[in-house]
Amino acid sequence: MKFALFTGCVAKGATRELMLSTTKAAEGLGFDFIEMKSASCCGAGVVSEKSPLLADALNARTFSIAEKQGLDIVTICSTCQGTLKKTEAHLNEDAEYKKKVNDILDEGGHQYNGKTRIKHFANILATEEGMARLKERIKRPLTGLKVAAFYGCYVLRPSENSDFENPDNPTGMEDIFAALGATPVYYPSRVKCCGFPIVMMNKPASLDMSGNALLDAIDHGADVVATGCPLCHLSLDSYQPEIEILQKKNNEIPVLHLPQLVALALGYSPNELGMDKHIVSTLKINEILSH
Amino acid sequence: MATFRIKRFNPEKQPEPYYEEFQLDIPFGSTLLDCMNLIKWTLDGSFSYRMSCRSAICGSCAVKANGHALLACQRQAEHIIDNDETITLEPLGNMKPVKDLVVDFTPFWDKINKVKPYLEPKEAAPEKERQQSQEEFLLIDDSSTCIMCGACYSDCNVLEVDDNFLGPAALAKAQRFVGDSRDSQTLERVKELSEPGGIWDCTHCGECVERCPKPAKPFDRIKEVMTVALEQGVHNNNGARHALSFFNSVKRSGNLNENRIPVESMGFFNIPGLLSLLPVGIRMFLKGKVPPIIHHSIDEVDDVKRIFKELDQ
Repeated sequence: MKFALFTGCVAKGATRELMLSTTKAAEGLGFDFIEMKSASCCGAGVVSEKSPLLADALNARTFSIAEKQGLDIVTICSTCQGTLKKTEAHLNEDAEYKKKVNDILDEGGHQYNGKTRIKHFANILATEEGMARLKERIKRPLTGLKVAAFYGCYVLRPSENSDFENPDNPTGMEDIFAALGATPVYYPSRVKCCGFPIVMMNKPASLDMSGNALLDAIDHGADVVATGCPLCHLSLDSYQPEIEILQKKNNEIPVLHLPQLVALALGYSPNELGMDKHIVSTLKINEILSH
Repeated sequence: MATFRIKRFNPEKQPEPYYEEFQLDIPFGSTLLDCMNLIKWTLDGSFSYRMSCRSAICGSCAVKANGHALLACQRQAEHIIDNDETITLEPLGNMKPVKDLVVDFTPFWDKINKVKPYLEPKEAAPEKERQQSQEEFLLIDDSSTCIMCGACYSDCNVLEVDDNFLGPAALAKAQRFVGDSRDSQTLERVKELSEPGGIWDCTHCGECVERCPKPAKPFDRIKEVMTVALEQGVHNNNGARHALSFFNSVKRSGNLNENRIPVESMGFFNIPGLLSLLPVGIRMFLKGKVPPIIHHSIDEVDDVKRIFKELDQ
């Protein structure tokens, strides 16, 4: 299976371990991910705060690049996924708008024709084919590991743009965990917002949001949280020491990127997946898995 | 036979809320409100909730069903029921319960009032009505459909942790006037809406859009106010600085310069803000998680620059 990989900016910056582990997971699964080196940032719903048309034009250009390659796009970030899907919806629901955008792209040799699908890594795995491939290639089942999903809200809402079957109560990530041999943990906060988008504007509220989610996961018995969004990872992992100080509660729990969890089960070592780069130690995971 | 698991609360009798279960055969085609009425009329007359029009117009009957806010009269009970043949009914969130499913809407209305939900035209009232073109009306059409049911307010993720946030309903109502061609206070309005607790405290999580029973879609309206605030030059706040820094980063290199964004969002002279970045910055530096110091552009960045040149006049 060949895909155009839309890496997003954060996977190559502040969470480089995401890119590292995605490469390993793809290799282990026999996926051919071709990195889209000329694609621009998705805009994360922020570029469109200033100019909605410009944000859509940039993303339409990205779709056109994949179309030329004849590939569907795979994303590894809930924010990228949600933002690209919004552009796709804008273009497909209004032919006049699509023409306007295509007129802008024309000079650069690009056109959007709606031929490329945009899928999050989780949505590629949570298909019959993805699951079959996963099960067949697992080398180290994650038996005994209780994993709480944190979806990243942009991949769920608006629900009409989401590939998850029931975005209010999705099971796609948990189905993947179960296929990996782990025990999924269901808890209400798994579909909530991590607060990252306002960490620069309202830090206490932002940290409270991620802190409450972590506590909820812990209260429901999770050993580890796994997320499909590097921005959620920044909130849940990189800010975790500050969350503990703010909330005055011990909410220490390791947080993995979904590809890290997948690649662990495919037999890669934690260090190969950059798990030593996390702010919160992930050693607990090795201990549980070595029992 | 379905189970209705209802959160009951009557502070005059018992200080703590509790759950009570009622069994009911859902009559074919019944809305959730029809079922609530049946419970009240045939099983327990003390069961309290708000309702009026039964036509998704008055906005009275919003409740939480299986964890999410909705209008009870707008949804078929059979469509809400979960795998255990149960519907859990709770009062709206982010407001204090008064009795059973009735909550105190005071903070909701206070925040609506705070955004000055009335026209402030420049000229005195003309003899006849103030007219708008079709195009002008379309800019405020969606926000005009809000029926003040409080479903968005109930499930707003930010309000769960910060009472100071104006919330989706009030901010959508603000767009109704920020975008109104007859209003003269656009700049003043977006200045006030850019204060802490306003538009820039929204996380874009989309929960309000999902809960809204009308086309008002609060987050989409908040986004429109953000665009107007940036157009009007209201830039002296972290939210606007963040948006501009992000925008300019993509304009320059096609992607995000993660080292610049936090600093530019805080503002170069905002010493406490800059200091607040240090703990996470140091932690990430020590783990080797700092984004590349020399920022690289995407391939074929010239085409991205061309698009910016064409559209960002």
